[in-house]
Amino acid sequence: MIELRNLCKTFRSADHTVEALKDISLTIGDGEIFGVIGLSGAGKSTLVRCINLLERPDSGEVLVDGRDLTKLSSKELRKARKSISMIFQGFNLLMQRTALENVCFPLELAGVKREAAKKRAQELLQIVDLPDKAGAYPSQLSGGQKQRIAIARALASEPQVLLCDEATSALDPKTTQSILALLKKLNRELGVTVVVITHEMRVVEQICTRVAILDHGEVQETGLVSEVFSNPRSDAGRRLVLPEGEKIHVLPENRLVRLVFNGASAGEPIISTLAIEQGIRLNILSADTRSIGEKTFGEMVLGLPQDETEAARALLYLRELEGVTAEEVTSYVQ
Amino acid sequence: MFSDSELVLLRSILQQDLLKAIWETLYMTFVPAAAAFVIGLPLGVLLVTGDEGGIRPLPKALMKALNALINLLRSVPFLILLVVVLPVSKLLVGTTVGSKAMLAPLAIAAFPFVARLVETSIREVDAGVVEAAQSMGASTWEIITKVLIPEAKPALIANFLVALITIFGYGAMAGLLGGGGLGALAVNYGYYRRKEAVLYVMVILMIVLVQVFQSVGDRLVKKTDKRSR
Repeated sequence: MIELRNLCKTFRSADHTVEALKDISLTIGDGEIFGVIGLSGAGKSTLVRCINLLERPDSGEVLVDGRDLTKLSSKELRKARKSISMIFQGFNLLMQRTALENVCFPLELAGVKREAAKKRAQELLQIVDLPDKAGAYPSQLSGGQKQRIAIARALASEPQVLLCDEATSALDPKTTQSILALLKKLNRELGVTVVVITHEMRVVEQICTRVAILDHGEVQETGLVSEVFSNPRSDAGRRLVLPEGEKIHVLPENRLVRLVFNGASAGEPIISTLAIEQGIRLNILSADTRSIGEKTFGEMVLGLPQDETEAARALLYLRELEGVTAEEVTSYVQ
Repeated sequence: MFSDSELVLLRSILQQDLLKAIWETLYMTFVPAAAAFVIGLPLGVLLVTGDEGGIRPLPKALMKALNALINLLRSVPFLILLVVVLPVSKLLVGTTVGSKAMLAPLAIAAFPFVARLVETSIREVDAGVVEAAQSMGASTWEIITKVLIPEAKPALIANFLVALITIFGYGAMAGLLGGGGLGALAVNYGYYRRKEAVLYVMVILMIVLVQVFQSVGDRLVKKTDKRSR
């Protein structure tokens, strides 16, 4: 279990200071895939780098399995780091070593014998689906392949925790998908706790169970991904989930209903079903939905009919839909 | 173009002194280069790792002193440094003339230069890779020996080649003040005795040697570097 308690970090330069982390507390459970999302400059990278103390917080505690890393000697810390692996946006492979030798690197640090290390590295390349690239140099590999090698290298020390610092941000969408699927598989099969730092919602949506929204060095909200993304309570959360949510429209004429899609079946035509089967016509005022796999996420604001009974029937229908939450609202955000 | 007597002299020099001169030139190049490398490599690494923000920052005063010393040695022109350091040679090898006497001055002139070249080579290593090694629990020593030096190897070889050719040039200059080798032949016959044929032949030989160093070195760099394939 990772517990961050009251982390503070301020960067100072000659002309200005930046408070990167302001009293951050988070708990990440064993075996979970935890997301930290925020816009650039929110302090995400500083936060993740505090977990293995690549960045030392000014104050606060970093407890990994109950042990405060900030209190360890440098030798103990180096040992502790071997169970907390990290992958990076820029992959950070050794350019003068082959893929296999890169994976051997942490094994060398652990004092594993050369032959045993090579054998283990070959197995790890198998796990990341690149067994045939053992002899290739990083310059001969694509971005996705490099990240797979980096993941194999990160796994070599059999870590309990895998920190991913914007690990898919330099990759194209398709490669991102495959890397995320790999991380999910590793989490499931090896039980490794994964901490994902990203600015991309879809990354969190796809693999994380819980998420923390970070903004201006503060945790704005934490919760299950399904809850936070379908119903963000903080301003920062709303800005992330509804990117253009600035103008607020008030329509006093009609009653409004806000539908929150939280995994409703994408194939179901809600609006047309109401119109055709019940003869109730709804006005779509705003919609921001997306389909992930077979499911729909996001929200939609509908204007209910003037007629009270029709409005009530429509509400009833909408409230009974699976994977959709309907609530009456008085204003909406476009 | 050249008088007969000059050509006779040239022939006798080529027959009697040339091999020895080439040997002395190589000796005055590689021995000081090796010494400069042995001193300059750790020093150059230290300049990077001990820097503020390096992997093992050292006291600022120490780093400033180190930088000042290197700059000081580098700003003294070689021939003047040679004059200043010759007493050290007397102490070490008992003489101030000949190739052996030139070794210490050449090494002292070259190591600060090598240290700077090593520094720039090491600084080229991607900070992210160093960070990755740190995240894996590598110690400072492991980062230096397993990351910084191996990753900088092509740049180190290329820069060492630059140093080698500079030392070669210094070695020829040392011919003016009692050193041996091709430089001494060129100076003693070509300058003091106005035998230009000897001068030209020596210059051509030196050019050929530098070309050989450079092309062997270039090939080595290309073979070592795994980044561009």
